[in-house]
Amino acid sequence: MSELRIMRGREWSRPVRPARREVLSATPELEEGRPPLLFVPGFGHGAWAFAEHWLGHAASRGFPAYAMSLRGHGGSEPAPEATLRAYAHDVVQVAAGLPRQAVLVGHGAGALVVAHALARYPARGAVLVAPVFGGWGVLGAALRRNPAGTLPAVFGGPLRLSRGQLFSRELPDEEARRHVARLGRAGRRAQWALLGAPDAEPAVGAPPVLVLGSPDDRVVPTSALTGVARHYGSAPLLFPGMGHDLMLDARWAEPIDAILDWLEKEPAAH
Amino acid sequence: MSTSTDHGRPDPEATPSALSRDDRPVSDRGDTVCVIGAGASGLTAIKNLREHGFGVDCYERETGIGGAWNWRHDRSPVYASTHLLSSKPFTQFPDFPMPDSWPDYPHHSELLSYFERYADHFDLRSHIWFGTEVIRVEPAAGDRWNVTTRSTGGYGPERTSQYAAVVIANGHNWSPKLPRYEGLEQFRGEIMHASSYKDPAQLRGKRVLVVGAGNTGCDIAVEAAQQASRCWHSTRRGYWYAPKYVLGRPADQVNDTLLALRVPLRVRQWLYHWTLRLTVGDLTRFGLPKPDHRVYETHPIANSQLVYYVGHGAIGPVPDVARFHPYAVELADGREIDPELVIFATGYLPRFEFLDASVFGDSAGAGRPTLWLNAFTPGHPTLAVAGLVQPDSGMFTLSHWQTVLFARLLQARRDRPERAAAFAQRVRDRAGERYSGQVKESSRHWFEVGHADYLRAVERALHDLEGK
Ligand SMILES: Cc1cc2nc3c(=O)[nH]c(=O)nc-3n(C[C@H](O)[C@H](O)[C@H](O)COP(=O)(O)OP(=O)(O)OC[C@H]3O[C@@H](n4cnc5c(N)ncnc54)[C@H](O)[C@@H]3O)c2cc1C
Repeated sequence: MSELRIMRGREWSRPVRPARREVLSATPELEEGRPPLLFVPGFGHGAWAFAEHWLGHAASRGFPAYAMSLRGHGGSEPAPEATLRAYAHDVVQVAAGLPRQAVLVGHGAGALVVAHALARYPARGAVLVAPVFGGWGVLGAALRRNPAGTLPAVFGGPLRLSRGQLFSRELPDEEARRHVARLGRAGRRAQWALLGAPDAEPAVGAPPVLVLGSPDDRVVPTSALTGVARHYGSAPLLFPGMGHDLMLDARWAEPIDAILDWLEKEPAAH
Repeated sequence: MSTSTDHGRPDPEATPSALSRDDRPVSDRGDTVCVIGAGASGLTAIKNLREHGFGVDCYERETGIGGAWNWRHDRSPVYASTHLLSSKPFTQFPDFPMPDSWPDYPHHSELLSYFERYADHFDLRSHIWFGTEVIRVEPAAGDRWNVTTRSTGGYGPERTSQYAAVVIANGHNWSPKLPRYEGLEQFRGEIMHASSYKDPAQLRGKRVLVVGAGNTGCDIAVEAAQQASRCWHSTRRGYWYAPKYVLGRPADQVNDTLLALRVPLRVRQWLYHWTLRLTVGDLTRFGLPKPDHRVYETHPIANSQLVYYVGHGAIGPVPDVARFHPYAVELADGREIDPELVIFATGYLPRFEFLDASVFGDSAGAGRPTLWLNAFTPGHPTLAVAGLVQPDSGMFTLSHWQTVLFARLLQARRDRPERAAAFAQRVRDRAGERYSGQVKESSRHWFEVGHADYLRAVERALHDLEGK
């Protein structure tokens, strides 16, 4: 992790261009004073990925829940030239617009975006779900498992994740196909950032961080999961038998319940 | 974000006190930190201290937050048309951006709503005592502080509470600085300080003289150009009037592009002069005095409209005021003019009436404390001032980092005393340092800072404090 930076010449002189963003929400019927959750989808995914199951479930347990689409994704404004910095900006903008200090939940490469956003917004807590922090190891694994879908991305083409990478066999085929058909793509520059991903600056306000994923994830090797968790001083919470898209897979309720249980227990996240 | 030291609200009745001062009870607030003022600087102090685990009691003499930017406050200096002078990225808190949907230079009401949202988002209001004025701050044993408060306006009993540390965030744009002129008392026209200027209706149809070429003076002159029957603008010196936009972008952002590239000052000045020549042109042609200094050497004036209205003849530039007569004002060049209304946009003076001036190393009481980083005072490691800077850019980023540094210093006093001691030594050695390159010496400019120089110094101080 790099040092705290006060001098932010580029942010002052070249602020990220605004873009229209999609935000979906589900709020509990009774306000119970719980912190709002902001779900940040990974590359290619939009807010819809959380609207399927997790948003409603979080709200039913008393947490106001919001899901956003990064620029160029889902219902947000197209942005083919978007960078990792622009994505992090999107997250901070939405988080700061929520009524109270939020917990950021990032999935896949969205977890990397959240890690960068944490340096610009004092989140109440953060959850990194099957985090894709990039690097050559992750690329190697992706190339082995899905060369046809991964190789074009190296040259600036779209990254295509396959059904086998994203879901377990338990998910009905039709449902899996419906989700895969909705996938879009991230900006080329943002995809490249995954190779030499710049280290995030330290998180503001030292929020508690939970890392979770699946040992059977065919995008994120368990070693990468452990690496990220260790970086934040913990061990990952594992859900065997699930694919990369834990929020859409057949047993989607288990990870979200684990997250909410953690939030209820974690004193700092209140 | 745990708050091991949150004792709830100070209440001498409920907290039997072991201490006493002049036979009056002093309630002990333990490790809690006292913040004076709930303007932008006070709010960010509360947030950052809480974020670092400290309990906070903030006292605010008004009934709402926002300080200068809350126009309902009797001491608010903003007027109906006040817009930011610094563009959004320079003005917002570094960890709570203003919405993308806002303009580059938001209106003062937007700024107030931004502070309201900041306070709600981070749940700051529950730590603020509204309608409560701090009337005395005195050092106590063990680097602690006795803070005496009472209801604003002097009602009710005084209460003294003892704190582990104090952040003074009382602002410096509320105590008008009025120049002395011969004959001013005999002048029969209306006289007003810019602090009382609220609305262009106050100018309508009148012959108006605006004194002072700060940003406020220029703003009011521009409004008078549109509302008054006549407008004179008196300035002592020549200034550079920078447009708010160059190359279609906020001028401060273009300027910082050069700063980020570490282009040397001389080259930046040359580029800036060149840009101004292209955009604003030769000011002496308009009858404005020639600037006696290079750009970046005084507080910048960002006003795209002043020169335009001078060009329309709607603002008449005039020199310094020499003296007042009952029905006329005599100027330094001997001319006489007959304004009905004179507005002194002559600035404000910082005031700390609750503190013995010697605490600040200002034994002469000149209102000019000797501080390091404009915030830390030698010999008083648990006292900090937030917001006592006049930056060439937005102010809240600076207050934010000042209070982060103070919170970390307080942590270091507990966890790494040797680091805190080294910091205290630096405060003693370097109090009085300036952060503005070469700036014209003037009472108005002593706490002026260049944001880049200043923030670099704060960054170094943070890294020194935290060094592994
Ligand atoms: C016309 C004008 C335009 C400006 N434009 C800009 C701009 O574009 N960008 C920018 O960054 N800055 C600008 N400023 C500077 C402005 O002062 C700061 O932005 C900001 O308001 C300073 O915040 P503060 O919290 O330090 O002080 P303030 O906003 O003055 O807040 C101080 C608070 O402390 C309270 N207080 C004072 N004494 C006591 C006491 N004894 N006990 C209890 N409470 C007390 C006051 O009631 C007040 O609420 C402008 C100023 C003026 C006058």
